[in-house]
Amino acid sequence: MPEVTYLEALRQGLWEEMERDERVFILGEDIGIYGGAFKVTEGFLDRFGSSRVIDTPISEAAIVGAAAGAAHMGLRPVAEMQFIDFVSCAYDMLTNYVATARYRTGLATPIVVRGPSGGYVRGGPFHSQMPEAAFFHTPGLKIVCPATARDAKGLIKAAIRDDDPVLYLEHKYLYRRIKEDLPQGEELLTPIGKARVAREGTDLSILTYSATVWKALEAAEEIAAKDGASVEVIDLRSLVPLDDAAMVESVKKTNKVLIVHEDTRTGGVAGEIAARINEQAFEWLDGPILRVTAHDVPLPYASTLEDFVLPQTADIVTAARRLLAY
Amino acid sequence: MAAPAARRTPIPAGLSPEALLEIYYYLRLTRSLEERLVNLYRQSKVIGGLYCSLGQEGQSVASAYALEPGDILSPLIRNVGSMLVMGATPVDLLRQYMAKGTGPTRGRDANVHFADLEKGYLGNISHLGDMVPVMAGIALSFKLRGERRVGLVHVGDGASSTGAFHEGMNLAAVQRVPLVVIIEHNGYAYSTPTSRQTAVERLADKANAYGVPAETVDGNDVFPVYESTKRAVERARRGDGATLIEVVTYRRKGHAEHDDQRYQPKEEREHWAKQDPIDRYVRRLVAEGWADEGDLRALDHRVSAELDAAVATAESEPLPDGGDALAAVLADPPEAERLWYRRR
Repeated sequence: MPEVTYLEALRQGLWEEMERDERVFILGEDIGIYGGAFKVTEGFLDRFGSSRVIDTPISEAAIVGAAAGAAHMGLRPVAEMQFIDFVSCAYDMLTNYVATARYRTGLATPIVVRGPSGGYVRGGPFHSQMPEAAFFHTPGLKIVCPATARDAKGLIKAAIRDDDPVLYLEHKYLYRRIKEDLPQGEELLTPIGKARVAREGTDLSILTYSATVWKALEAAEEIAAKDGASVEVIDLRSLVPLDDAAMVESVKKTNKVLIVHEDTRTGGVAGEIAARINEQAFEWLDGPILRVTAHDVPLPYASTLEDFVLPQTADIVTAARRLLAY
Repeated sequence: MAAPAARRTPIPAGLSPEALLEIYYYLRLTRSLEERLVNLYRQSKVIGGLYCSLGQEGQSVASAYALEPGDILSPLIRNVGSMLVMGATPVDLLRQYMAKGTGPTRGRDANVHFADLEKGYLGNISHLGDMVPVMAGIALSFKLRGERRVGLVHVGDGASSTGAFHEGMNLAAVQRVPLVVIIEHNGYAYSTPTSRQTAVERLADKANAYGVPAETVDGNDVFPVYESTKRAVERARRGDGATLIEVVTYRRKGHAEHDDQRYQPKEEREHWAKQDPIDRYVRRLVAEGWADEGDLRALDHRVSAELDAAVATAESEPLPDGGDALAAVLADPPEAERLWYRRR
């Protein structure tokens, strides 16, 4: 099994779906001739031609709106946001048009909007965002956040085949840092809405997604080595739908919950997860539900500032120890 | 009173006498349907805002009439006439305005916000300009599949100030998709006159920014609207890309029924009342001898009878069950969770 990066896995998934289904096409800024700012779509123009690999103007609202229109007609567009930070320019299209179309008119809008999210890369306030909370709040959109190369591939393929609009939030820190042996020649599909146990444990559950899965795993390793405690790490993979059953099952086993995400704290996804556990598994808790998140500031540029603001492995260890003491 | 046959001039744009009567039927149906809606609104049976197109029916009907089966039109709130031409039925429009569970959106959305892509219409949303990118995408699908189909999208003068309008026009132009964009310039966006909406002289001038051809036509005359739309549709169908059409008309009622129109000068409204598109159309048909009064009156009776039946049907039907609100936000899961305190 060849070792492939997270980025290459995503690229393979997209490629395979375009080979499999001629209704699939991609559109976005600089994705054709240039192959994308991060080269996710390198080689696609040569293989699939300019009618299925469309270089667009700098128009996020039009990219998403046009994808929606084409999807109504039975096509399967995958729209790239060059950096996911710019999806806010299409916020109206996604929340008012795309998310409501099926509910109001019965029309399917099977689009995928994907792009590089996340920090730890010194990108500054406009090339580092995690946008999930703004869309997590909107009924009618699915959100997936792969942490592994396998899921980068499996989730893009599942997202393209899904009959609902899907926001696919890849993490640019993971693009070339994560490598994995992936089977070739067999279909890799990750079901949307199913969490994954990234590490089994018995004393504490860490619920997380995207790049912080890896930080949670590092923290779990450190705690196992230094404290002798057993930490379970759940990689949520999908935020909408959220896998309540997997979260509750883990809580019933460990009785302690730490939620970790890279996004800012107030109004972040962790608050919703905490509320659900409170509603569904209160009797099983032996301590408060804690959160490790970014601080509530725009994400700054300088390495010292960014490292301070974003959740680090040491923060997760600190929070886990506080919880383990209950 | 028929005009002397000897003086008959040819009907413009290759329209047949039957087509002229059909256009009249849709004009009358639009106006009469809206009159019924006003009555129902005053009885609190149309429960939301009611936006009427009095004086603008001519362009709504004529532009949609220039399309062929397979084409797709996106209306704005004052394009009930376009919806009817595309095959939306009066009873479905009434159900929709009255939020009936039997309506096309099962009470979930209002007015012309509904769709039937088989018949060829895709209702707008309230965020003005948003349908331009969406319709650019529909037209893009025609282009990608090599289908000889055309999209047509209506926007108002106000919508031409939005970012979505600009982005959609620009994308449609640069991709050369088969799209006709009609700016229905009716003088006001709610209370804001066009002079405070834009500094361009003619809204058609905005086409220069996108490199697409444009025309300005008299929106209260059915014939030039039909001919101009037909030219743009044929151009799109040939693969020559998008066109912008500005139809100049006037909004003779308020933004919605609650609006007292204090911002519209009396003389201005009186001037435009004399330019009524249906009156002008009838005068022309009769004067040219293309139709006689008897045919037109017969269509009036047909419209009246059809609306009597449609109103009776819609009025008799129930609102949706509250719990129906949970279904079909997504394909999967098919239903949103019913909260525990609403469980039975």
